[in-house]
Amino acid sequence: MTSTLELTVNGDIRSLPGPQNVEDLLRHLSLDPGAVVVEVNGVIIRRPDQREVGLRTGDVVELVHFVGGG
Amino acid sequence: MSTLIREPDTQASRPLQIGKHTLQSRLLVGTGKYRTNDQMLEAITASGAEVVTVAVRRVDLDRSHEEGILHHLDPKQFLLLANTAGCYTADEAVRYARLGREAGFNDLIKLEVIGDKETLLPDTVGLLEAARTLVTEGFQVLAYTNDDLITALRLEEIGCAAVMPLASPIGSGLGMMNPFTIRTIKRRLSVPVIVDAGVGTASDACLVMEQGVDGILMNTALAEAAHPVLMAHAMRDAVAAGRAAFLAGRMPRREVAVPSSPVQGMLS
Repeated sequence: MTSTLELTVNGDIRSLPGPQNVEDLLRHLSLDPGAVVVEVNGVIIRRPDQREVGLRTGDVVELVHFVGGG
Repeated sequence: MSTLIREPDTQASRPLQIGKHTLQSRLLVGTGKYRTNDQMLEAITASGAEVVTVAVRRVDLDRSHEEGILHHLDPKQFLLLANTAGCYTADEAVRYARLGREAGFNDLIKLEVIGDKETLLPDTVGLLEAARTLVTEGFQVLAYTNDDLITALRLEEIGCAAVMPLASPIGSGLGMMNPFTIRTIKRRLSVPVIVDAGVGTASDACLVMEQGVDGILMNTALAEAAHPVLMAHAMRDAVAAGRAAFLAGRMPRREVAVPSSPVQGMLS
């Protein structure tokens, strides 16, 4: 069941080997799950749920964190 | 060089209470626009601020070595206040607030809904709408708003934890444009009033605190100073001095001179 996932991640289309869940995506991007917040199709995916939430082609993923601001 | 005066023991001299948080410092600071992270940390430490604001933005995936601000700020040392800066609609601000709560360590949100790119003045209609939603969702909302009494009263009614009128536009450094409206808002509200935006230098901060408000939030005045750490010391003292002067109660203004030395006993 090897296929390719096409996701929009932070505004850019990315192809990833599928199937994947949110946890896999973070690992693929070398991101620390504790340091980013994940939103998939407008819904925040909390850390305990990241392994359970599968990703599908066309999903829109936003990965955010805190930066300097006033 | 800080802490000029011990405040008199009155109700007004008690520590600032925002929601469930008790703050010793009445100066809240931002983390944006510093030349380096080390300079930011040194300036914030010098300011004595306990609350620091942060923004929510996309992780830069092409420069994954670029770290988030939490690599430089210890969230155990500072109370993080996520903002919704850059949001132009209520829906957008609510989305950012939810992401901020998920990224953060508390339910505080500095709510901004901006109405205009040139002035960055608040869209108060969108602000009230977003505030209603976020209060319902359990956020402690600190609402950045115009120096408009009616909006401030509505924000309090909605249940905001603090109301934050501007001194002048964000990043302008113009100081307090309307002391009357700031005083009026402070006099009429029960929740803390924190002046947010527009302070440019220490005298501005002192003058703002002399109006009796509960605190000041600033960013650019420190970050864009030629020497941010020195300015942070100055701001810390200015906020303390302005607060002390307010509590002390200033002498009346007179349009005529009144001699300080005795008028009797002069030589004939």
